Amino acid sequence: MLGIILIIIASLLVPGVIIRTKSIASGRKGPGLFQPLKDLRVLLRKGSVFSNTTGLIFRIAPSLSLASIVCALTLVPFGNQGALITFGADFVFFAYILSFGKFFAIIGALDCGSSFEGMGANREALYSMMVEPAFFILLGTFAMFTGYTSFTDIFYGFHLSDNNYILIFSVISFYLLIQIVMIENSRMPIDDPKTHLELTMIHEVMILDYSGFDKALLHIGTFLKYGIYGALITAILINTKWSIYIQIFAFFAVVVCLGVIIGLNESFRARNKMGKNPQFVLTLSGIALVAFVIVLLLMGKF
Amino acid sequence: MLGIFFLILLGLSFGVFFFRKKSGYLYSLLLVMGMVALTTHGAVQALNGNSQSFVHGFNNIFRSATDILVLDGLSAFFILVINITLLVGLLYANGYLKPYHSRMGNLRFAVHYFSYIWLYFSMLLVVMLRNGVLFLIAWEMMAISSFFLVIFDADNRNILKTGINYLVQMHVGMLFILVGFLLVEKSTGSISFDSLPTYFANSSNWPLFLLFFIGFAIKAGFMPLHTWLPEAHPAAPSHVSGVMSGVMIKMGIYGIFRVVLATQSDLLIIGVLLLAVSLISGLLGVIYAILQHDLKRLLAYHSIENIGIIGVGLGLGIIGKATNNQMLMLLGFSGALLHTLNHSLFKSLLFFNAGSVYLAAKTRDIEKCGGLMKTMPYTALLFLLGSIAICGLPPFNGFISEYLIYFGMIDTMHGAGFSQSILLLFSIIGLTLIGGLAVFCFTKAFGVIFLGSPRSKQAENAIEVTHSMIAPQIISAILIVAIGVVPALFVKPIFGIFSHDLKIIIPEYHSFIANLSGISAASGVFIIMAVGILLLRYIHLRRKPIAAGPTWGCGYTLESSRLQYTASSYADSLSQLAKPVIRRKIITEPISENDIFPPSRAFSTHSEDVFREQLTNKPVNKFLDWMKKIAIMQTGQIQHYILYAFLFMLLILILTYLNFI
Repeated sequence: MLGIILIIIASLLVPGVIIRTKSIASGRKGPGLFQPLKDLRVLLRKGSVFSNTTGLIFRIAPSLSLASIVCALTLVPFGNQGALITFGADFVFFAYILSFGKFFAIIGALDCGSSFEGMGANREALYSMMVEPAFFILLGTFAMFTGYTSFTDIFYGFHLSDNNYILIFSVISFYLLIQIVMIENSRMPIDDPKTHLELTMIHEVMILDYSGFDKALLHIGTFLKYGIYGALITAILINTKWSIYIQIFAFFAVVVCLGVIIGLNESFRARNKMGKNPQFVLTLSGIALVAFVIVLLLMGKF
Repeated sequence: MLGIFFLILLGLSFGVFFFRKKSGYLYSLLLVMGMVALTTHGAVQALNGNSQSFVHGFNNIFRSATDILVLDGLSAFFILVINITLLVGLLYANGYLKPYHSRMGNLRFAVHYFSYIWLYFSMLLVVMLRNGVLFLIAWEMMAISSFFLVIFDADNRNILKTGINYLVQMHVGMLFILVGFLLVEKSTGSISFDSLPTYFANSSNWPLFLLFFIGFAIKAGFMPLHTWLPEAHPAAPSHVSGVMSGVMIKMGIYGIFRVVLATQSDLLIIGVLLLAVSLISGLLGVIYAILQHDLKRLLAYHSIENIGIIGVGLGLGIIGKATNNQMLMLLGFSGALLHTLNHSLFKSLLFFNAGSVYLAAKTRDIEKCGGLMKTMPYTALLFLLGSIAICGLPPFNGFISEYLIYFGMIDTMHGAGFSQSILLLFSIIGLTLIGGLAVFCFTKAFGVIFLGSPRSKQAENAIEVTHSMIAPQIISAILIVAIGVVPALFVKPIFGIFSHDLKIIIPEYHSFIANLSGISAASGVFIIMAVGILLLRYIHLRRKPIAAGPTWGCGYTLESSRLQYTASSYADSLSQLAKPVIRRKIITEPISENDIFPPSRAFSTHSEDVFREQLTNKPVNKFLDWMKKIAIMQTGQIQHYILYAFLFMLLILILTYLNFI
């Protein structure tokens, strides 16, 4: 329970860290750390405008999407606390329940009957389909290495290993999870959240017609994903045997780092050409395969 | 006693011909219900371990010393699957067939109901008969009765042609099974499923397995033997497509199960073969499905995908058996069996809804649909439920069977050797991709058909189908949710079947059941969160101003349904990526440089099934060409024919003289 509260608190910070990093990197004064939260408050105060084309699906999609993310949150372990709900191969459930949320986000966009939103929905469906193998290879490799299958046990068992070379694998996993969170949340280099042309957007164009409460829910969903993946990265990098205070400190450090990395990344690099995105996303599966081979070597299976 | 009832019901089925359309329907419904009650009773008894009353009744009637019908756990499970879908299908058929009442005569309907009942009976017999000859007779009855069901609307010549194509392919499959049985007969002296273990104990395993597998795989629709499937399903009336896709193709799976459980050596070869074929079926099935515009054809290709998932489970089970990993064996086989049930539930549901859409919008072309959710809310919601379930997303049933298979793979990886680890990893990748592509496919299907604004006049004028068509589907819907939310209730009996039949005893049994409770808990959290957030939203929006407006069109204010993203454009991004495995024909006339004012042009794309082209059409056309050449001999002159006969006799004479024959 403590873990969930901390993840929620941390995830509310990340967007602020990203925009602070970006404004410092570009030499602007920029908005404050809590600006995204203030934006949320504004959205929550506003009423809503619904397109005449839309129906029930459009209205329930953001709520179900957020519910799926919160459900995924309960499966994420925090340090040595373990997850709220834990069972064997729970990361399959984790990935699939997030897919459920995406399913609704996609059909919610299609409900608008707009070519733009259809396009965004299509891209989201394509990229999230292609990024999934990377996540599964990564977690499958963890399971193979540790012999456990649930998130909590996997990360516990991972740090019991006395093989120091496993650090290579940690580094690759760290890289992969950061890339996955970028794709999940439609950040650079897959998507540019600040672009002004609908034709080049992915996530933003999907949610064009949302306003008020529903839009706030969608934003909260993306915020929470930062926290969730931040917790996963922490679990890989920080030994679960350390005391809880170190865990908490490390978690916040990781989450802030995540924000800074995303911010710097967006300040200094351009978005991919849309046609190159599939290659980019599939490369992650390739890297995950390399990690798998490394672990095969380390386990002496050759 | 029960055996006599069974035979009486079989006999009574001929009575259908004495009724008119409506009473004929009621009569057949009564018969089917009677049979459902009877066989469900027997099946439940068998699942609890006492199968005797049903079987003994039969033996007494035929004075047989050995059991004619055998009801073990596997048969019982398949009987339950058959019962659910066939009953729901017939209940749905009443509403679906109403528009045909005015067009077709009593006899046509009588034949239809009669075929339906016999398809049902023959499937029951297929899963209960052990003797090879009787099995093949039931198998043949199944093919013929389903053929008559497919060609219900035979005024359309294409449908008749498809039906005949179907019938021919079924017989090709049957030939393989027959040869398989004959081999068994030659070696062991008895032609029965029960003599398979004896055969497998003494001879090489994989050739016979391959024979049976090809035979059964044609029925099940494994790629590349699937070519009848995407043709026959759209041609058949929707309740029949639902039944065929939901349960009839599973008879192939049943056959493969029977053979697989009997195999004893060469297990690794068989397992890897099955796994490879299944992964190809799964991936290509869903990729082809994405490219379809015909809703029922899309669903048909999706059946191939799901057969692939079932096959992955089976393949893993055999690999588990080969490596003596009982956990993998149990989870693989159970996952396959549960997915058989799951697929029969959501696929029949989807086909029924496809039928409703067809009735309401008068088209199966999804490009002509759109916005149907507003006019057909119940159909839309049921279709949505089926779509989510078929994508394998929690908290619905598709997830549970995929979870069993995933768990088997992930759990095995730690202790697996080098090659096996790689095999498992690629199976995981395959299954993940299949899941992701299914989401892609069904967001497209659901979005284009039910969401947005109508793309044609027909879609605009669509009205919701009658309650008599909606109500039966609720049965399937409830089961879909129940299996998803309380999986332990359904997985335990399936484990029971295998631990009883295969003598699998695993120490981790209880901890695995605890995992299923974990899924229930997580699903519960999800449902509570969803309801909570929706409630919060409702309360919040009540106090806020709500306005209506047009969809954001980037400044373009003229609303038009043609601006929407179409199914083709949605599928385009994937078809660009999948170019190596698909073939698309683009028919258009390019604009040349001198065309300053180009006139109107047409553009169309068609996706072709490479396998059908290469494996069916090409060889058949070659063969036809060849036959035409031989046809020169057919001159029509009696003298020539007498000459042929004379030459033939001469040939025989010479061959006999030379001691050739």
